[in-house]
Amino acid sequence: MEALTQRARLVDRRPMNWLERIYLWEIMKGMRITLRHFFKKKVTIQYPEQTRTFSPVFRGLHILNRDEEGRERCTACGLCAVACPAEAITMEAAERLQGEENLYREEKYAAKYEINMLRCIFCGLCEDACPKDAIYLSETFAPANYSRKSFIYAKDDLLIPDPVTQPEEYARAKGLIDKVKNSKS
Amino acid sequence: MQLLFWLLTLLTLGSAVMVVYSKNPVHSILWLIVTFFGISGHYVLLNAQFLAIVNIIVYAGAIMVLFLFVVMLMNLNMTSVGIKNKWLTFAGVISGGSLMLILVAALKDASEMRSQLAMHTGDIGLINNLGMVLFKDYVLPFEISSVLFLSAMVGAVLIGKKSENELVNQ
Amino acid sequence: MTLLAFDWAFTIEKAILIAIIISISLVVAMYATYAERKIAGFIQDRVGPNRAGPFGILQPLADGIKLFFKEEVTPNPSNKFLFILGPSLAMLTAMMTSAIIPWGGKIELGGRMVDLQVADINIGILYIFGVVSLGVYGMMVGGWASNNKYSLMAALRGASQAISYELAMGLALIALLMLTGSLSLRTITDQQIHNNWWNIVYQPLGFLIFFICSLAECNRAPFDLPEAESELNMGYHQEYSSMKLGFFLFAEYINMFISCTVIATLYLGGYDMPFVDESQLSGITALIVGLLALFGKTFLLIFVFMWIRWTLPRFRYDQLMNLGWKGLIPLALINMVLTGAIVLFMMK
Repeated sequence: MEALTQRARLVDRRPMNWLERIYLWEIMKGMRITLRHFFKKKVTIQYPEQTRTFSPVFRGLHILNRDEEGRERCTACGLCAVACPAEAITMEAAERLQGEENLYREEKYAAKYEINMLRCIFCGLCEDACPKDAIYLSETFAPANYSRKSFIYAKDDLLIPDPVTQPEEYARAKGLIDKVKNSKS
Repeated sequence: MQLLFWLLTLLTLGSAVMVVYSKNPVHSILWLIVTFFGISGHYVLLNAQFLAIVNIIVYAGAIMVLFLFVVMLMNLNMTSVGIKNKWLTFAGVISGGSLMLILVAALKDASEMRSQLAMHTGDIGLINNLGMVLFKDYVLPFEISSVLFLSAMVGAVLIGKKSENELVNQ
Repeated sequence: MTLLAFDWAFTIEKAILIAIIISISLVVAMYATYAERKIAGFIQDRVGPNRAGPFGILQPLADGIKLFFKEEVTPNPSNKFLFILGPSLAMLTAMMTSAIIPWGGKIELGGRMVDLQVADINIGILYIFGVVSLGVYGMMVGGWASNNKYSLMAALRGASQAISYELAMGLALIALLMLTGSLSLRTITDQQIHNNWWNIVYQPLGFLIFFICSLAECNRAPFDLPEAESELNMGYHQEYSSMKLGFFLFAEYINMFISCTVIATLYLGGYDMPFVDESQLSGITALIVGLLALFGKTFLLIFVFMWIRWTLPRFRYDQLMNLGWKGLIPLALINMVLTGAIVLFMMK
């Protein structure tokens, strides 16, 4: 069979010769290998100070998007909840009232939007399903916590900062989202 | 020196008594090790360092470990009660008494040694002199005993092998 | 009144020396744990502990504090007295060996010739053997008293391993003793200094056997069957916690340090600095050079011990016994007979 890579080595099944049987020479060979590793560059990343760069297609924590005027894009159609294979998303819809046009883009919005991060498998199907580009998977992951309850992320945890009132936070969050978008196109 | 001697004697005899009186066999063995240490201490007092250390290496270090092995594996935790047979006690007293008689008789002849020890010049126990004595004066008994040990070893191996064969045959 | 007629200066000198040696071995053992973790990390392309202090230099301290503050658990069905005796014995025997190692030459201090050796007894090496053979008891007593089947099995394994490898070790030493003609470690070191050749040159096979056996005696990988984590949970100290566990672990590292020193003394010239003529140097310089040489050799050997540990997988129990009884003992016997023949031939 043709080897796929150059790295494949056939296992030598011949009986051991004398040098191999006294084991000492083979030990020396092994120790040479470990000594070479001793001087190799270390692969450790000092985590809290350094972080790994994620892949551009990394699927992390969800984020609920707003449009340019700071209105929520989500219209609570429920397609993401239907698409979710882990059934992690629950939502309650509500109708937009008079005077709330600057808050919600469509006539209908999600009054309650929860994602259970313990159930979520970060597959990204909700992102695909969303017709309004309202939900995205960012490049961060859920931090550890002490209780199960705290892993149910409510709408406040998921919403992106308002670009009008909090432009700075919005830009920071947006930077991550842009990357995801770019990699998709 | 005198004080040390009495302390060691007390330790040796006390632990020897404890060997007999401990209910738990493992404790017995540990007390026996203490006894060996006491005896080794006596050897050191007699300026016989070689004997002292060999006593520790061989008896305390190897043989007692094997004793412990057997006892630990058999798990004799205070359950086994000695056999209360009047005749057995009688026989034990007789044999023990005769052993003591022989020891006392043998030690009585060692007056020559005593004078040497009292003078603190006895260096029979030092390794040089011991080797000379062992390989010059007592060569024959030494070699015979080594052959005896060898035959015992071969016998042990033979017994071990035989049972294995029987297992295979079954 | 003769009882009190000690040479007080002598006693105090020795007591100070013992205190220094013990504290040095404790510090070395402490930092051996750090070195072990660092070396393991480096060999596995990691960096090892580096959080406690610069380069993680305070890590052993943190480990020690952690062990101190852990809950002291004594299992109910265990034998209380022996349970405590086990680690104490392990620690005691580990400390005792250091008494006869010559750490350096004699120096003059305040008009006294101070010998950097606690006791130059004429049965030096045998004393080491005596103490090493007692080292088994710490493990056995501890393992049995825990009343746990894994501990017991590990203790039995450890004891049988120690006994088996002591034989080959002794036989390898006999060949060396034929050359030196003395059991005193001081004399052996002096001979190596005067001969200009270390004993490893005369006894390469003996050195190898002795080295392998001391690996086994220290329960270091690849002979760490008594504490085989994957088979016996933790080995003989499974039921131990807090500082009692710390004693066992510590004793292991002290043993490693001492046995490396013994190897350095027996085969690598002790406090003899290579390419330097000690007799040319003044007292205190010679002492420092000697200490540097001895500690350098010892640390190198400790490094090799650790290097081997992180390279080789553990032996199986039957392989261990095969190597000991069918490999090393015959080899040591051959080495002994050969050395004897050569010594006899050269003498004539």
